[in-house]
Amino acid sequence: MNRKQKTMLGRMVATGSLLVALQFLPLGGEGMFAASIGIYLLIAYDILMKSAKGMVRGQFLDENFLMTVASLGALALGWIQGAEDYNEAIAVMLFYQVGEWFQSIAVMRSRRSIAALMQIRPDYVHVEREGELVTVSPDEVPPGSVIVVQPGERVPLDGEVLSGDSSLDTSALTGESVPRSIRPSDAIMSGCINLRAPLRIRTNKEFTESTVSKILRLVREATNRKSKSEQFITKFARIYTPLVCSAALLIALVPPTVLLCTGQESAWTTWLYRALIFLVISCPCALVLSIPLSFFAGMGGAGRAGILIKGSHFMETLARARVAVFDKTGTLTRGVFEVMAVHHSEHADDELLRYAAAAESASSHPISRSLRAACVRPFAPSCVSDIEELQGLGVMARVMGHHVAVGNARLMEQVGTHALPCHCVGTVVHVAIDHRYAGHILISDALKSSSASALARLKELGIDRNVMLTGDNQRTAEAVAKELAMDEIHFELLPVHKVEKLEELMSRNKGRVFFVGDGVNDAPVLARADVGIAMGALGSDAAIEAADVVIMDDDPLRIPRAISISRRCVRIVYQNIVFAIGAKVVCLLLGALGLANMWFAIFADVGVLVLCVLNSIRAMYDGK
Amino acid sequence: MKQEYDIEVDCANCAEKMQAAAGKVSGVKEAVINFILQRMVVEFEEGVDRKGVMKEVVRACKRVEPDCEIGV
Repeated sequence: MNRKQKTMLGRMVATGSLLVALQFLPLGGEGMFAASIGIYLLIAYDILMKSAKGMVRGQFLDENFLMTVASLGALALGWIQGAEDYNEAIAVMLFYQVGEWFQSIAVMRSRRSIAALMQIRPDYVHVEREGELVTVSPDEVPPGSVIVVQPGERVPLDGEVLSGDSSLDTSALTGESVPRSIRPSDAIMSGCINLRAPLRIRTNKEFTESTVSKILRLVREATNRKSKSEQFITKFARIYTPLVCSAALLIALVPPTVLLCTGQESAWTTWLYRALIFLVISCPCALVLSIPLSFFAGMGGAGRAGILIKGSHFMETLARARVAVFDKTGTLTRGVFEVMAVHHSEHADDELLRYAAAAESASSHPISRSLRAACVRPFAPSCVSDIEELQGLGVMARVMGHHVAVGNARLMEQVGTHALPCHCVGTVVHVAIDHRYAGHILISDALKSSSASALARLKELGIDRNVMLTGDNQRTAEAVAKELAMDEIHFELLPVHKVEKLEELMSRNKGRVFFVGDGVNDAPVLARADVGIAMGALGSDAAIEAADVVIMDDDPLRIPRAISISRRCVRIVYQNIVFAIGAKVVCLLLGALGLANMWFAIFADVGVLVLCVLNSIRAMYDGK
Repeated sequence: MKQEYDIEVDCANCAEKMQAAAGKVSGVKEAVINFILQRMVVEFEEGVDRKGVMKEVVRACKRVEPDCEIGV
């Protein structure tokens, strides 16, 4: 609570206790009136002043003014009718203040807790300068500097690890709670927390270009675009207050006049009282606050799960999406080659891999790298000699005294043996040892382990079609599609064709298509889709720019998660709209018919606000 | 040209009114208030004196909500 809020709390408590005490005092008539006026002024003086100021400026429909009219009206009516107490007038102001107070607390709280989720901005950095460690602000460190991050500290800048074996808590960036291990020569992203051992890092980006700054920028700019619900509320708020006030005026004037003209008792005090009830509920604050608050909370919750949504209207679109379109490489698959299997080997599988990896040890080709990555116990570099690369064929080398040939079928022919064909999809690397065929190694781009379950989950969520667009060949595309139970695939597409295919799908399913890509070469597609989701996009500026939703790591399961968070959030928004408008309409009707008193109106105003705000905050927690 | 300003305003509906008022100031292309973040983003027309325009924006906002603060 800030000071303003504390003072207010004091005033409210004082007013409440005095009001209770007043009920037990043997005051009557004038004494009661005077005491009530005193309490009323205690709770209402600032509102009275504000409304006076507003009146000077010609602002007759501001809520301070309306509350002033309603409460003063109730006081006056009580006096005229010789009422026993003036609790209603005081209560109008008291609860109005409670509502305002609660609103400011709720907004402050949710702003803070969401800010805490995004509390990833590092304050300082230890940088090595002329052999000494100095602590400076992150934006004073040029790329290429060497910095040290102690355990428990946040990595302040992007870079490459020079020394230190540690693990990182990446949860603030990715929502992933399992620590990631990190070793020398690994790339490191700012915003992670170093857990175990000190790390020395050579930075490769300035602070403003580092991951942390990018995320913060993204989050800050996220909420500027408004959703349909918010636009609706804005319009509604604009007409609501004047409408209710006009209705109040009519109720105060028309029925008494009609009654008077027909020769009956005018009963103007009754109708005036009913009009005042209208004024109490004339502020649309509950709606105007709770709708953006719900979206804000929803985006905060998504952020905590490693999903950045760039605006509330993307949440709305995502919530009603029916067609999911995926890029293949890097999105559903890992985008890196991996050894899938070893076939027809006379040696133990890992033995064959050792020889192949040794022969390929000098190459930087992705396939060579995948061989080396799969090899558990590589030969020492000194065991490998006479490496000879044969363009378009493969590699020959001497490993532990054996002649090893690694490459395609033609290379096998050349060393005097035959390659056995492979029936699986992927790239096949044949190996011959001492001119005898030793088997082949199947390498392919592996599916991510969670791709299948993510797609199945999307189906459960009611997505009609899962579609895959890929530049890959038919055979690979069909194999992947079969494994993932895709509904529709399009293959051998250039990036331009991907946009065309997407537009085709979008014309059949207006406003309900989202596209998921890794942003490497599909930025145009990301930008074109109703909602473009970029995966693992922290590396790619173009993707962050083009996408509407950014998934920090590359786990496909975050896509159904994003959808369920959005749906939950939108559901809460609708609940609030229906509840807030419903409660007010009911109250207005009952008030006009004389079935509701001012207490009821106070509930419809403040109670609804409080309930809507509490409901909004629910959007931040759990979206499963 | 867009510029961000921190603001202080207590009620959500007032923020909406301020947004509408600020948007009508000449020289302002669009004004968006984010009540929850307590921030106003003003997009100016090309080649206007931003300081002068902001003075008008503050005045317009104060008119509809005397209790607001805009950190120009």
